[in-house]
Amino acid sequence: MDFASSFALVAPELVLTAAGLVLLLVVAWGGDKLARTVAIIAAAALFAAGFLTIPGLHSGVDGPDSYAFGTLMKIDSFALFAKALIYLAAIGALMVAPAFFASPAAGKERGMRAEYPVLILFASLGMSIMVSASDFMTLYLGLELNSLAAYVLAAILREDQRSAEAGLKYFVLGALASGILLYGISLLYGFTGATDFASVRTALDGDLSTGQLFGLIFVMSGLAFKISAVPFHMWTPDVYEGAPTPVTAFFATAPKVAAVSLTARVVFEVFGGQVLAWQQIVMFAALASIVFGALGAIGQQNLKRLLAYSSINNIGFILLGLAVATADGASAMLVYLFIYVAMSIGSFVALLMLRSPDGDLYETFADISGLAVTRPAIAWALLIQMFSLAGIPPLLGFYSKFVVFQATVEAGLVVFAAIAIAASVIGAFYYIKFVKVMFFDEPAGLVTGKSGTAHWVLLALCAAIISPLGYLLTPSLTDLADKAAAALFVAI
Amino acid sequence: MIQALAFYLFAGVVIASAVMVIMSRNPVHSVLWLILAFFNAAGLMVLVGAEFIAMLLVIVYVGAVAVLFLFVVMMLDIDFAAMRAGLVKNFPLGIAIALVLLAELLLGLGAYGAGGLELGTPDGAAMTNRPGVSNIEAIGALLYGRYIVLFEIAGIILLVAMIGAIVLTYRGTKPGSRSRQDVGKQIRRRPEEATVMKNPEYGKGVDL
Repeated sequence: MDFASSFALVAPELVLTAAGLVLLLVVAWGGDKLARTVAIIAAAALFAAGFLTIPGLHSGVDGPDSYAFGTLMKIDSFALFAKALIYLAAIGALMVAPAFFASPAAGKERGMRAEYPVLILFASLGMSIMVSASDFMTLYLGLELNSLAAYVLAAILREDQRSAEAGLKYFVLGALASGILLYGISLLYGFTGATDFASVRTALDGDLSTGQLFGLIFVMSGLAFKISAVPFHMWTPDVYEGAPTPVTAFFATAPKVAAVSLTARVVFEVFGGQVLAWQQIVMFAALASIVFGALGAIGQQNLKRLLAYSSINNIGFILLGLAVATADGASAMLVYLFIYVAMSIGSFVALLMLRSPDGDLYETFADISGLAVTRPAIAWALLIQMFSLAGIPPLLGFYSKFVVFQATVEAGLVVFAAIAIAASVIGAFYYIKFVKVMFFDEPAGLVTGKSGTAHWVLLALCAAIISPLGYLLTPSLTDLADKAAAALFVAI
Repeated sequence: MIQALAFYLFAGVVIASAVMVIMSRNPVHSVLWLILAFFNAAGLMVLVGAEFIAMLLVIVYVGAVAVLFLFVVMMLDIDFAAMRAGLVKNFPLGIAIALVLLAELLLGLGAYGAGGLELGTPDGAAMTNRPGVSNIEAIGALLYGRYIVLFEIAGIILLVAMIGAIVLTYRGTKPGSRSRQDVGKQIRRRPEEATVMKNPEYGKGVDL
């Protein structure tokens, strides 16, 4: 493996790095008045990087050909699938940002900081390094690059107390989780003598020693924090509520995709020979997330907090696909991830459109009562998103839950599927509460402001994907997800 | 012989200066004792043949960390006497933590000595030094060869950390504010604009 072919494999990352560095210089000299231009160029760079993943995604690369830089990175179709999703989500977060930061909701400091798109670019770079990691050192560096950018993004509204609080909370807890993860990695390194996934897996064959088991548990705990799975979810509602809404939309999508993909890669490629050791951990986290996400959301009045619990709930279903520990389960997980990203971006864009005439944002249930009378288009779009999140057929959210349950039942884990279905019925309560408040309550008449074209385009796109029209996508989506999942199980 | 002598010298100074770090009354002296401890620890590392770690100790710990400590001690108004007041009260807790750490160390060493822990490379062999290659050279070859991409990623992480610090704290300078230096203006300035002669009356003070 020479450097030239390695560089060809990491072309998307090179595009992002180059764009990030050049735009950083532009920002340094141009200042905040160029913010919008910088955002457009950053979105173009993300688009170009996404475009570069298409050839490999179609041909389905895996095995030794996908290694770059020795065994440090592995750009197989699994990594490419996750990267494409991450870039799309990041573009979404860039599209809705300028309007938000220009509105009174941004507080005293109006106008988008020109560093925002640059940080999104570097965060996306970190995430694409994460998903293509095949060495614990690459994993950790990618994770830290993403996390550092994310801490700053959460606190980017410096004058807003909630934003600063979100940034600080995220930073302290994130640093703690990184420490736990790193401790697990160091234990694994100490007891196996290697950091690359393939060698660690070979060394872990047979019975796990106590030290190795501790390493596994610490690594799984650190990763569970990053995907906000119960019992490491406490930060999620606070950070989601406090962070600026476009940043929350970003947090709920791209980093989740990256961290879930990373977890999948670690459990299959490192702990692949130790399924019994991690399966119970993932299964517990999955069921606990589903149940807790559903119950925790019930009392919430703030819509962003509610969506935070909804994301915990969804992560539970995604982990359920992972806990099955088969290629079918992994494929179902990827399908669910794609649909989850569409649903999340759609819901957050809809939240960003709940404006007052002077552009301030509303984010509680009381504000949106009777939305169907004042802003019927937004209300119907939110209705589609919420029914889809609840998993009501014929929307695509039903399909994603269906494939996960199918994989679970086929693997003989019927009891767990039954618990998850029961919890999702409870969860349907607060999704339907949205609809009840919007369609059947007295109109509050608050949401009357206009929104820009970017919001409408994104909302229409997300609504179209998760509407029954989305079933036209499922054959090719399933095909891509199968190829990607198969790449995880290629014998090395 | 000379190695043993050097070891006892370095080790003795490390322990003595570590004791002085917590015993000295003046916090600035504490930091200076800490620097002495670092230097002697670096000497110990040279003795065991880990010259790279020795250099790291001097460059990172003495050059950066200790100097940072010194800045913090000198620039922040911390009442060290008040911090020390809790010493007697917290003494049992401190001793308990120290004992737990000691027990952990002994357990770990005992298990390792009894062969209960298997540390090493995947093929079971220990790492060996290649003859004729110093460990700085070996680390450099790995860092800038096999792991170059990780080195570059680490560079980007530091860049992002810097961007973050600036984004979150830098509030910009208004033209004409004191924090912006205008070199041309400074050079153009003449003595007669900047100074005035005053002849104050006795006991009255100056009115500028």
